[in-house]
Amino acid sequence: MTEMISTQSRPAGEAGRNYSGSLLEVDNLLVEFHTRQGVAKAVNGVTYSVDAGETLAVLGESGSGKSVTAQTIMGILDMPPGRITGGEIRFRGVDLLKLPEAERRKIRGAGISMIFQDALSALNPVFPVGWQIGEMFRVHRGTSRAEAKKKAIELMDKVRIPAAKQRVNDYPHQFSGGMRQRIMIAMAIALDPEILIADEPTTALDVTVQAQIMELLAELQRESNMGLILITHDLGVVADVADKIAVMYGGRIVEHASVHELYANPAHPYAKGLLESIPRVDQKGQELYAIKGTPPNLLRMPSGCAFHPRCPYRRDNCVTDVPPLYEVDGSRRSACHYWREVLDGTAG
Amino acid sequence: MAPQGDVVLEVRDLVKHFPLTQGVVVKRQVGAIKAVDGVNFELRRGETLGIVGESGCGKSTLAKLLMALERPTSGSVKINGQDMSKLRGKELKAMRRNIQMVMQDPYTSLNPRMTVGDIIGEPYEIHSEVAPKGDRRKKVQELLEVVGLDPDHINRYPHQFSGGQRQRIGIARGLALRPDIIVCDEPVSALDVSIQAQVINLLERLQNEFNLSYIFIAHDLSVVRHISDRVAVMYLGKIVELGRDNEIYDGPTHPYTQALLSAVPVPNPEERDSRERIVLAGDPPSPANPPSGCRFRTRCWKAQDICAEEEPLLQIRPGSAHPSACHFAEAHDVVHAAG
Amino acid sequence: MSDPTALQPGPVTTDAQATTESQATAPVGKPSSLWSDAWHELRRKPLFIISSVLLLVILVMAAFPQLFTSVNPEWADLKKSLQPPSSEHIFGIDIQGRDVFARTIYGARTSILVGVLATLASTLIGGLFGIVAGYLGRWADTLISRFAEIFLGLPYVLGAIIVLSTLAPVSSDPSRLRIMVIVILVMALLGWPILMRISRSAILAVKHSDYVMAARGLGASPMRIVFRHLLPNALAPIIVVATITVGSYIGVEATLSFLGVGLRSPVISWGLAISEHANYLRTAPHALLFPAAFLSATVLTFVMLGDAVRDALDPKLR
Repeated sequence: MTEMISTQSRPAGEAGRNYSGSLLEVDNLLVEFHTRQGVAKAVNGVTYSVDAGETLAVLGESGSGKSVTAQTIMGILDMPPGRITGGEIRFRGVDLLKLPEAERRKIRGAGISMIFQDALSALNPVFPVGWQIGEMFRVHRGTSRAEAKKKAIELMDKVRIPAAKQRVNDYPHQFSGGMRQRIMIAMAIALDPEILIADEPTTALDVTVQAQIMELLAELQRESNMGLILITHDLGVVADVADKIAVMYGGRIVEHASVHELYANPAHPYAKGLLESIPRVDQKGQELYAIKGTPPNLLRMPSGCAFHPRCPYRRDNCVTDVPPLYEVDGSRRSACHYWREVLDGTAG
Repeated sequence: MAPQGDVVLEVRDLVKHFPLTQGVVVKRQVGAIKAVDGVNFELRRGETLGIVGESGCGKSTLAKLLMALERPTSGSVKINGQDMSKLRGKELKAMRRNIQMVMQDPYTSLNPRMTVGDIIGEPYEIHSEVAPKGDRRKKVQELLEVVGLDPDHINRYPHQFSGGQRQRIGIARGLALRPDIIVCDEPVSALDVSIQAQVINLLERLQNEFNLSYIFIAHDLSVVRHISDRVAVMYLGKIVELGRDNEIYDGPTHPYTQALLSAVPVPNPEERDSRERIVLAGDPPSPANPPSGCRFRTRCWKAQDICAEEEPLLQIRPGSAHPSACHFAEAHDVVHAAG
Repeated sequence: MSDPTALQPGPVTTDAQATTESQATAPVGKPSSLWSDAWHELRRKPLFIISSVLLLVILVMAAFPQLFTSVNPEWADLKKSLQPPSSEHIFGIDIQGRDVFARTIYGARTSILVGVLATLASTLIGGLFGIVAGYLGRWADTLISRFAEIFLGLPYVLGAIIVLSTLAPVSSDPSRLRIMVIVILVMALLGWPILMRISRSAILAVKHSDYVMAARGLGASPMRIVFRHLLPNALAPIIVVATITVGSYIGVEATLSFLGVGLRSPVISWGLAISEHANYLRTAPHALLFPAAFLSATVLTFVMLGDAVRDALDPKLR
């Protein structure tokens, strides 16, 4: 099966083949939503990149813009109400936002594919799972029905669905949550994509099933050298699998670092607050550290730094000046005027 | 650390089977979903009992049984010595003042057509003997203040609040009747990460202030450990291990507990390669048709013939001071196994 | 997760002095219930504005027909029979020599009265049964649902013809009031199952919500659960369907009157007017078309209004 796929030409076209930059680069992306109450800047200048074989974790809570960024990369953002107002998304150096829809459709699935939190609603309830996995081959590759079914069984084996041959004609509701997530992964990797975006892939699952799925993803990544973008709010999952991490808050990246650097010594007060609010064994019976206040409303973003109303390091200029992504060192960035103090741990 | 107060809640041999029926006109029972199947524990005043387990283990059904929202198939739920499952009508209603609940989803647990004042005041309308009519508004405002909300927002509607604030409203409603026990069913899992710690702190503060006992149901094991004095691990309708928090976390003896603990991602990237990981195969069996003997044996790496034949009881076994339902119980610290 | 359209008009955190615990921050704006939100939404909808203006006109017409015409609808001059519209009689004259405009204006009252009252009756019957069936479930639900299906199985017009021709035979001469009451009751009798099904499913949709469970946990009585929790949250679809039903009942009344089993002279009704002039469509179209146009406009008004209300109350939009 793998030989067959590898002989196919890469859908991004020859132009991108010798590109020397990162495999996928999101560059200063701006996405707005037009709602009845006003304009929400859901993604406000996001920049990140992923290389082959690399895992980037995008960490953030609801409304941080992490999923909207991913949907924009995939080209599945609802427009309207969404609107891309600026920036580039380069896949092998080619700006996807400038490609015609027909070209993008070729990249979707074969170049970049995505799995979602809710596998049940992402699968079509009226078709057998094997048929849905096989559809990837029939539509993108023009494979015959019989051949597509054979490939579907192979893929179900690959994502370790027991008795794949017997279950290929079963319907989504006949599978457990973990198995459905595997089916979605099988569909996502069917065309051997170079980038896999996983949007909260295990949030709806139990911990033991989560462990199975994360292990499967790691294994598939090792095998095919995919770049993985893992969108999550779970600090534990990030620590387990990610190479680098982008922390998002209010539509911006507030800290970008290698996972080891960030967990050892965060350079942004929000990341620091999140890490400190994890219950630790030695804090038993004590009050947990808690970030005060509530996440910002995208329709009424605070002035200056979006985190300033909740920030213990706040000074006057935080209220007025939007902090740029300061270079801390190497590839490390922090969007805090006082990142040095945050690093040193001298809390305000 | 473990409170020595009097027992406020005693659960004995609690069973809830949901019948599976077939036939349109004449329904006949063809089986049963054994959601809760023989659960025993007690809870003391001021204590927190954490209940962990995965979906389908029966923890939500257990919560409903404790709240008398479901009638048990057999067994008893005694609150301050009185069996709640036998009570009806007025007596049951009076009993409900002692046990209240905080629900998971702050978006669905508040009636969208009622004001915050009406929601938190409803307990007083139902139990009118608790607060005279003239006092109610003041009491509601006090409660709002206790849970950290602005008392002036009494006339607002739930959709005007954020998720964390709504959960505080739900907590205030649970607190209104000054119950002895509050059943918290995943109270923070629907909240944003940065809000969870606030709500946990609030729950802990209220516990100290009002000497509350908590049943704290959650799947986030680190949160459960932080707040609980004792922890019960459930699997397919049964408690498989029960002990003080450090007993469960540092020396779990049941293979399922060990697998559960090892599956929890630790927020420390330095440990990722050295941590012991037990990845269980497959999914839990259906509670309609649990395996014979030990229910975990189909996924257990220690399983022997005896596990299929004889059901291991939840009891104290050699080598450990807390009860475990495994024939081969053996303490094994999976969390700190890094070597 | 990150869909900003799902964000409520929520709080803005402004004050960093707030302690960790008292993170309550002032939501912007006044307390607003979902009903008042829906009203704000409605007020800006063209569909709602048009249909409510039309409705207002129709209602005023029904209540004070004298405001629109000074001609007595009973006035007749057989010599003028079937005269086309003129400056004196802008809608012309009907077969009996009566003023079509006056009779059309006066007909509104009958149509509105029959439509609204029949809807009210079937909503009350259907709503009550629907609430009981949805809330109690089990045997009560089975019993009520099967019973309703029997009525639903009857072809509406056929059923109405049979019942009406039995209760008020063509040969009899019932009073105006009596014939209207009979027609309304027959329409309600045959129409309640639709509203029963709507209210039953609306109750079922909210019956298992968490706040109902919370209320049960507090020891709330069934009455309190139904009236404080279930009904307010189940009302929206019932209101929508009832509004549309008014329109369709007005049409049904016209149909029955046309067939000769509904209202009859001396009652003034659009359906009757259509019935009386069905044979003169070629020679004197005005006597039929004007009441028919008013009828259609009225039915359309209620259907449009129902649609607008449905959009505003649709919980998916908030």
